Amino acid sequence: MPAPFTSETGVLAPLLRDNVDTDAIIPSREMRSVGKDGLAEGLFAGWRYTAIGGRDLDPAFVLNTPRYAGARFLLSGLNFGCGSSREHAAWALAEYGIRAVLARSFNPIFFGNCVRNGIVPVELPGSTIDVLAAYVESASDPAITVDLTACAVIAGEGVHTFSLDAEAHEMLLHGLDPVALTLRFGAEIDAFRASDRKLRPWAYL
Amino acid sequence: MMPKMMPRTLFEKLWSQHLVRELDARTGLLVIDRVLLHERTGGVALRALREAGRRIVSPRQVFATMDHVVDTLPGRTDRTIMPTGTDFIRALREEAQANDIWLFDIGDAGQGIVHVISPEQGIVLPGMTLICPDSHTCTQGGMGALAWGIGSSEAEHALATGTLRVKKPATMRIAVRGRLSTGVTAKDLALHILQRFGSSFATGHVIEFAGEAIDAMEIEARLTLCNLATEMAAFTAIIAPDAKTIDYVRGRRFAPIGDRWERAVADWEQLASDPGAVFDREFTLDAADVAPMVSWGTNPQQSARIDGVVPAAREGEPATTHGRSLEYMALDEGAALAGLSIDAAFIGSCTNSRLSDLRRAADQLRGRKVAEHVRAICVPGSSSVKMQAEAEGLDQVFRDAGFEWRESGCSMCFFAGGESMPAGARVISSTNRNFESRQGPGTRTHIASPEVVAASAVAGRIAAPVAALGEA
Repeated sequence: MPAPFTSETGVLAPLLRDNVDTDAIIPSREMRSVGKDGLAEGLFAGWRYTAIGGRDLDPAFVLNTPRYAGARFLLSGLNFGCGSSREHAAWALAEYGIRAVLARSFNPIFFGNCVRNGIVPVELPGSTIDVLAAYVESASDPAITVDLTACAVIAGEGVHTFSLDAEAHEMLLHGLDPVALTLRFGAEIDAFRASDRKLRPWAYL
Repeated sequence: MMPKMMPRTLFEKLWSQHLVRELDARTGLLVIDRVLLHERTGGVALRALREAGRRIVSPRQVFATMDHVVDTLPGRTDRTIMPTGTDFIRALREEAQANDIWLFDIGDAGQGIVHVISPEQGIVLPGMTLICPDSHTCTQGGMGALAWGIGSSEAEHALATGTLRVKKPATMRIAVRGRLSTGVTAKDLALHILQRFGSSFATGHVIEFAGEAIDAMEIEARLTLCNLATEMAAFTAIIAPDAKTIDYVRGRRFAPIGDRWERAVADWEQLASDPGAVFDREFTLDAADVAPMVSWGTNPQQSARIDGVVPAAREGEPATTHGRSLEYMALDEGAALAGLSIDAAFIGSCTNSRLSDLRRAADQLRGRKVAEHVRAICVPGSSSVKMQAEAEGLDQVFRDAGFEWRESGCSMCFFAGGESMPAGARVISSTNRNFESRQGPGTRTHIASPEVVAASAVAGRIAAPVAALGEA
């Protein structure tokens, strides 16, 4: 299970594009093994390296610049994580060390994958994204704090609150295992299925 | 006397029918009727489940297929062009056997792309909840099911508990007035919606497609339309089942029979949004406004009429997004789309690889030849589609025109390290995503309907289908 997330401070790297898709986050060609590990190297491979399949860093890519080295947070636009449902995108981000993504909106499957892997999907209005973009460009140190207890992003003097639905908030704050939580309702689920089977027998094989 | 029920949307009916309990004001625990798996993400979910010491609640309601990394060349085996593809194939097979899950394996007549075989085999039924660790699971909403894509962890959850914890989406209805013109397809309608409203307009919503144009659509076209709901960032899409849906399901391999069938049909006939049901958002479109479409950029919202030009940036779009797309696609703002020279043409994918798609593409190809500089490939969506197409002689039409005729699978809808289009190649493709490097390193993908792909393959450049041109 992911570690609980309360409050963390680190570098925020701007990746100010709309529709950053999961093929860009981790290309399918980088998903080589039947597992959840060894994916950080493939993170943003198409943008991070100079050649497809190569490992020479492209100095122009934001995560390769000295200013944003070791970034813990990403700043982006609309519909972050769109495309393929591959949870490898969240696994790769987590393994690389990304703890939260701040974006105008998230694709729903990716949002769920973040929550299941301890990455906080922070949804912020475009005006706040602009403020944060200006902040990381001009501040001497482009670091921010994401305080999940207070649901706030702290950037210098600026405090920007965000909202997260209760379920996702609980899961992230306490690093909970949803399967274990649901299995507590095992008897209730069994009872539901038994009566549902009478109502919709065709649904059960 | 029963209190009068508030009119409800189809989605709300299905939500309450499947709701085991409310977890909080916005989250429900829903019972899941079917889980589908494929070798790309299925093996890892099953393995993780086993390693966690958990077992599958109802393995008979779980189905698996080989589609994502399996080769589509004739005579294929477990060996794949993708360097480690065999591991994925064998992991899924081993886990399926160990867990007593039905697997449509290589060589099985039921094998094919998960969202093609599920309706074809009668696995998805109207009114069901169905999940699959694949974003295009929304395709199956075209059957009147509540079907949506999830990640591997959520697949594990559904397998281990028979349920999912789901944040309740808001509702949206997109009604399409009138009928689509000849030569204008469900794919064009989806791209029209994407172009008009953008790639994230449906975030947090379940879309119900309705109206005359949808009623008039055959089931396969409805599957195509719902397929692209994930590109709209929707939770999923659904189309109320009707007589066509019920006719489609009848007699399929896993469809109910006898008394179960009668009871199912009686239930399915109630599955529609009530008159007066309130949606959180509603849009009405005119089918007459929809023309054959083609994408020009690196996201499906970056699409335009085939007789149009590469547009300026969308309002509010970061200049970096638009500029990067133009640069990647080697296009200038204002450039005409029709007439762009292409290097390859691809017909396949969970979007457009069903029998009706192949028939319409074949209509463009009969007695014609693919342009000399174009590599053209057709990958039927399932082994069964392939066999039916061969029985009709469609394979010969494709082959005679110069298309490669393949075994079924996802194939070059995406590049997984195996087969790919050449770097920089401009590809016209009946698939769903025109992302950077989607079909191979540096490939430039233009997505369109199968008839546009076929017509373009012949012309050697992006071209409208013959009939659509004639009637325009």
